[in-house]
Amino acid sequence: MPLRPLQPTIPMLKILKYSFYDLIRSRWSYVYFLFYLLLGFVLLFLNNDLSKAVITLMNVIIVLVPLIGTIFGVMYFYNSKEFTELLLAQPLKRSSIFLGQYFGVAGSLTLSLVLGLGIPFVLYGLFRSEAIWDFSLLLVTGAFLTLIFTALAFNIALANENKIKGFGYAVLLWLFLAVVYDGLFLMSLIMFEEYPLDSFSLVATMFNPIDLSRTLILLKLDISALLGYTGAVFKQFFGTSRGFVISLLMLVLWTAIPIWRLSYLAKRKDF
Amino acid sequence: MIKIENLHKKFGKNQVLSKLDLSIENGGIFAILGPNGSGKTTLIKAMLGMVLPDKGSIAVMGLPIKNKWKYRQEIEYLPQIANFPGNLKVKELIRMIKDLRQRPSEEQKLIALFGLEPFLDKKLANLSGGTKQKVNLVLTLMFDCPLIILDEPTNGLDPASVIQLKKLIQQEKVKGKTILITSHIMQFVEEVADEIVYLLEGNIYFKGSLEALKTKTQQHNFEHAIAAIATHNTNA
Repeated sequence: MPLRPLQPTIPMLKILKYSFYDLIRSRWSYVYFLFYLLLGFVLLFLNNDLSKAVITLMNVIIVLVPLIGTIFGVMYFYNSKEFTELLLAQPLKRSSIFLGQYFGVAGSLTLSLVLGLGIPFVLYGLFRSEAIWDFSLLLVTGAFLTLIFTALAFNIALANENKIKGFGYAVLLWLFLAVVYDGLFLMSLIMFEEYPLDSFSLVATMFNPIDLSRTLILLKLDISALLGYTGAVFKQFFGTSRGFVISLLMLVLWTAIPIWRLSYLAKRKDF
Repeated sequence: MIKIENLHKKFGKNQVLSKLDLSIENGGIFAILGPNGSGKTTLIKAMLGMVLPDKGSIAVMGLPIKNKWKYRQEIEYLPQIANFPGNLKVKELIRMIKDLRQRPSEEQKLIALFGLEPFLDKKLANLSGGTKQKVNLVLTLMFDCPLIILDEPTNGLDPASVIQLKKLIQQEKVKGKTILITSHIMQFVEEVADEIVYLLEGNIYFKGSLEALKTKTQQHNFEHAIAAIATHNTNA
């Protein structure tokens, strides 16, 4: 299979536009947006400390964004089955249709996140604060997690004709990466504590976009106490800035591969 | 117009089309008939590139369609089940399809013909089945393409609309277009079709004019002739 670059085409942008409009009119986008808006205001005005708010937000974003991305992605895909079939009969490339829909979903979710959190932070005086870079990184990571998990959800939905199964697999994937993975990781660290585990934990972090995001943000915040074992290894191995760049690169890979596979699967599916 | 050779398609263990050869000439109305599950929709979807054949080749207007999409510029397709994104208004959906196809269209004439003006500002989720099918027809027939594929076009339509639809189909035929229709309403088929393509167990069982079919089955009535194929075959 030739690995062609994903060229954005004009029809793809059109599909993106329609999916995006369809979604930003839906109730759930507003609920998601309002949730972040509320969270932002509550954290800032109760905490009264921008950097602390950023850390709390990180913990929420790292778990919630993947969950919402997964569920929204799967739901949108199954709900727009008829719309997709209508589009498939039009003179459009399959990859334009599915990439357009994907970016429509991921884009509207990212917009809810960025606006929902951005508004309270700007009102609080973000631009006059030093936390602006930490906060921006938080949003960038949130955007990456949205892109990654929506793409994974689309992959699952494309591979499963059965809605319930697809939904189940998607939730399991989230559960695994957000909760179970860390547990297994921690257990293996304890079990093999006599061995040098530096490279193991580096690799294990790379293979989980959620851990990767956490490490990335903590490296930027430079709070050693919160870095944990992996973060410390990262820092020791790469130094703060190199570790930062490498984890960012890994996030890009985590985004690109599922998106590429999504268009690969779409080309080979019967509708 | 369409040339299909040695087409095979399997869904899981279910062999839907096997060794199917079919050639559809330019111009005229072709009815694709067959019992439920005989592979009519699969055949149509294969022509549209929605279903990918396991084996065999399909050429539309002289060019193989494998991995192509531009040829769909020349096809108007009416899907069997008219379900559209419910959040959109009728007007918006029409505008969207026009925007995607970038071709001259004459939707106003069709909207008037089917009396859809009062529904243009309604959301698709709130329309009745018959109205949705009318919207479906407008979306399909508003462009000017040489190949028209209609999957169960009479579904849910009231008698007056069926009459309009028949007129429309005849008008398109006069323009020299090739029209493929599937339907379970034999009276409708008898009135509009020039030629019958009868599918049975994933293969072409019969292809020819209505008269030839009556002669072959030794029946005077078209509906009985069609039924005779099915019974004849189950007895055999």
